Amino acid sequence: MEQVVEARPSMGGRAKFIIGGLLIMAAIVYLIISSTNANAQYFFTIDELKSRSQSIVGQSVRISGAVIGDSIQYDPQTLSLSFTIANVPADNKEIEAQGGLAAVLHAAVTDPARTHMQAIYVGPKPDLLRDEAQAIMTGHMGEDGVFYADELLLKCPTKYEEAVPSQVAP
Amino acid sequence: MVTNLGFGTLIITFLVSIYGAIAAYFGARRNSPAWVDTARNAMLLTFPLLTITALSVIYLLVTGHFEVQYVTEVSSKSMPIYLRVTSLWGGQAGSLIFWSWLMSAFATAVTLRKWDRDREFLPWVILVSLVTLAFFLILSIFVENPFVSFWQTPMGNITTAMFQPAGMTPFVPQDGNGLNPLLRHPGMIFHPPMLYLGFVSFVIPYAFAIAALVTGRTDDRWIRITRRWTLVAWLFLSLGLVLGGRWAYDVLGWGGYWAWDPVETSSLMPWLTGTAFLHSVMIQEKRGMLKQWNMVLIILTYDLVIFGTFLTRSGVLSSVHAFAQSAIGPLFFGFIGLTFVVSLSLLSRRWNDLKSDVEITSWFSREGLFLLNNLLFLGIFIISFWGVIFPVLTEALGIVGQRIPALAGVFTGQKVTVGPEYYERATAPLFAGLLLLMGIAPLSAWKYSTSKTLGGAAWKPFVVSLLVVAPLLLGGMRSWPALLGFWLCAFVTFVTVYEFCRAAWARHNAQSENLLVAFWRIAGKNRRRYGGYIIHLGVVLMALGIIGIEVFQTETQGAISQGGTVSLGHYIVQFDSLSVFDTDDGRNVARAVVSVYKDGKYVGELYPRRDYYYESQQPMTLAGVRSTMEDDLYVILADWQPLSTTSATFKVYHNPLVNWLWLGSFVFILGTLVAAWPAKEPEIVVAQRSVPVMSKAF
Repeated sequence: MEQVVEARPSMGGRAKFIIGGLLIMAAIVYLIISSTNANAQYFFTIDELKSRSQSIVGQSVRISGAVIGDSIQYDPQTLSLSFTIANVPADNKEIEAQGGLAAVLHAAVTDPARTHMQAIYVGPKPDLLRDEAQAIMTGHMGEDGVFYADELLLKCPTKYEEAVPSQVAP
Repeated sequence: MVTNLGFGTLIITFLVSIYGAIAAYFGARRNSPAWVDTARNAMLLTFPLLTITALSVIYLLVTGHFEVQYVTEVSSKSMPIYLRVTSLWGGQAGSLIFWSWLMSAFATAVTLRKWDRDREFLPWVILVSLVTLAFFLILSIFVENPFVSFWQTPMGNITTAMFQPAGMTPFVPQDGNGLNPLLRHPGMIFHPPMLYLGFVSFVIPYAFAIAALVTGRTDDRWIRITRRWTLVAWLFLSLGLVLGGRWAYDVLGWGGYWAWDPVETSSLMPWLTGTAFLHSVMIQEKRGMLKQWNMVLIILTYDLVIFGTFLTRSGVLSSVHAFAQSAIGPLFFGFIGLTFVVSLSLLSRRWNDLKSDVEITSWFSREGLFLLNNLLFLGIFIISFWGVIFPVLTEALGIVGQRIPALAGVFTGQKVTVGPEYYERATAPLFAGLLLLMGIAPLSAWKYSTSKTLGGAAWKPFVVSLLVVAPLLLGGMRSWPALLGFWLCAFVTFVTVYEFCRAAWARHNAQSENLLVAFWRIAGKNRRRYGGYIIHLGVVLMALGIIGIEVFQTETQGAISQGGTVSLGHYIVQFDSLSVFDTDDGRNVARAVVSVYKDGKYVGELYPRRDYYYESQQPMTLAGVRSTMEDDLYVILADWQPLSTTSATFKVYHNPLVNWLWLGSFVFILGTLVAAWPAKEPEIVVAQRSVPVMSKAF
């Protein structure tokens, strides 16, 4: 039980707050560490994922790739969405060095030598899914080498905020 | 012509800012009123100058000058005038101009206040404001210039430059790209300016804090001057966050409102530290404690504001927000690092002056609970910050693994991200703790509360709130997070309403006033306190909505033919018809008509839609929503057969209680307005302060 203490600095009073504060800090650190461990997802490029395929099957990961427009197939009955993505670098500096995200995505889609990967997602077809969009997916790779996505995020940098002037059609 | 005018004023403003900052420094160092006056005039000049710059951009947008790169990027011929005006903040370059313009407006407003008692602060406030402004102007002039135009070589190659390069002719594209249709929503039109207003107005309390540190006038004068600025900043930031959530709910079509996207999270972070600051300055005002802590909080908030602006404007993190890669990154980091280091070294110089001679004696006193509140807010901030930088950090730490082979397994350099589950799991207990504090703190007294006195005050509302949870439990609710959440909501509501009624009843008896009049008067007498209580009630209502959608959201999907149905909970959705047509403004619209039945009874039609914008080749999903205080039925047209239109796929969400989130945010904003409203008789407030603090008097 607490005692009514006068407002004077005292060692006992201090210790109480230092211990209390440390306990709260420890709780927050615990929450951060345990939640990070429970939810951390490795972010791979397609090349990286394929290179360690067997060890990573079934594990939850995030990947990103360029969507190949012709490969998009959608079955509205089952809401099953299937498409192929091509490898793009994940590093921002590398992307910038190659002329920006739009250029990188375009190069990835048009270059047949790139590593490809099939992805399957069940759900409504996202509005932004189209040729040369960047797909960022959370999911796992199956034994069959297909990526099963639980979450599908799309980025389309080509139309808005484009720094490369060749984008402008006369 | 107009591009030159706009760019010219931009450069003049930059020079004026630099001059003003230097003059302010001289004025303060040499104690020369003449120098301070000229600095003040420079400050006042930035606003009209930047108004010309901003109006130039707006003029170019409205008149469709597509030879200007920015105009081409964010506007198009088919866009109505109001959207062209708002495209000022539709892209990076314009946003930065808008930021600077708001900054100069706020700094001018603060310069025009009466400075009689605080003369020594003035030059330093001007200095901090102008340095911040100059930084943003550098970005606009050298990196993201909105006045850059297209030019064409005789060979037909197109390039961009501010001024006509030799041998090139102007190039005018036929039409612009237009604003991303996803952003053509009232929530998105007002979300960025609100956020920016919040960001910008937090610079003012920071400027005063630095002024206090430099001048050594480290009493709570700076806090009293900036109290209302901070509340206004906080109000705008809150509004910005809520509008962003509402936009996501209406437009993004995933049935949610907040995804812990790094950009969203980075706008939440200054709000978190700002909220902690708002609470802890009250302890400083009442008890003269936590002075150093408040300095740390406002410095942190300022740099988080800059960090937030930077994150929305760079390509550091992957996020649903479309943004460009640009050279801005290093500049931002340099500025953040510089201001952080300078601020902290100023703080360390005054560290001993800021020591308080009083100490908190009990965790259960009002100040102890406020301190706890601060720790929780800071905890949520640290969790958010960790989540945002974690991917960058894991990648960067690959260097450690490369250098030290023993650690190569830990620091692989592989980018690792954390999703929304991380934030939800880590922050939920802290949010629950904050709710609990909201219930307990009003019952505690300054200084002398103990667990005994607090328990004595809290047990009645505690018992009553349990009575609310009992029927939920009997009704079959078994989700313990929801039960805990609802109990906390009930507890806070009872305590807050009880506090209101107790005060009103006392006044009603003492002054023989009508109860309603008494209510009105007590709220008017102590606006900050009762405004705060109203804000707390708003938070409770918002919490109801959040618990509802987070814990009880259900969803289903189905491909159905005309006349077919899909059911979810009490609801049945029947597909009646689908029409596909073109509109005048360049959209192809697919619009379904569905009938909604609740418990077998017809309750109305919904029109889930998919608009396809030809111009930008972008579709946009507009959910059909039946919204009541009990729940939202949220129907998305996912897909359809293009030719027959007799079959379509729908995704249906059931979002219980989510409307309370929006209702709560109105109450929240109302409370902030009450708290920020200028007091009628400031002298009386001053007089009240000198009265010895009684238990529960404040």
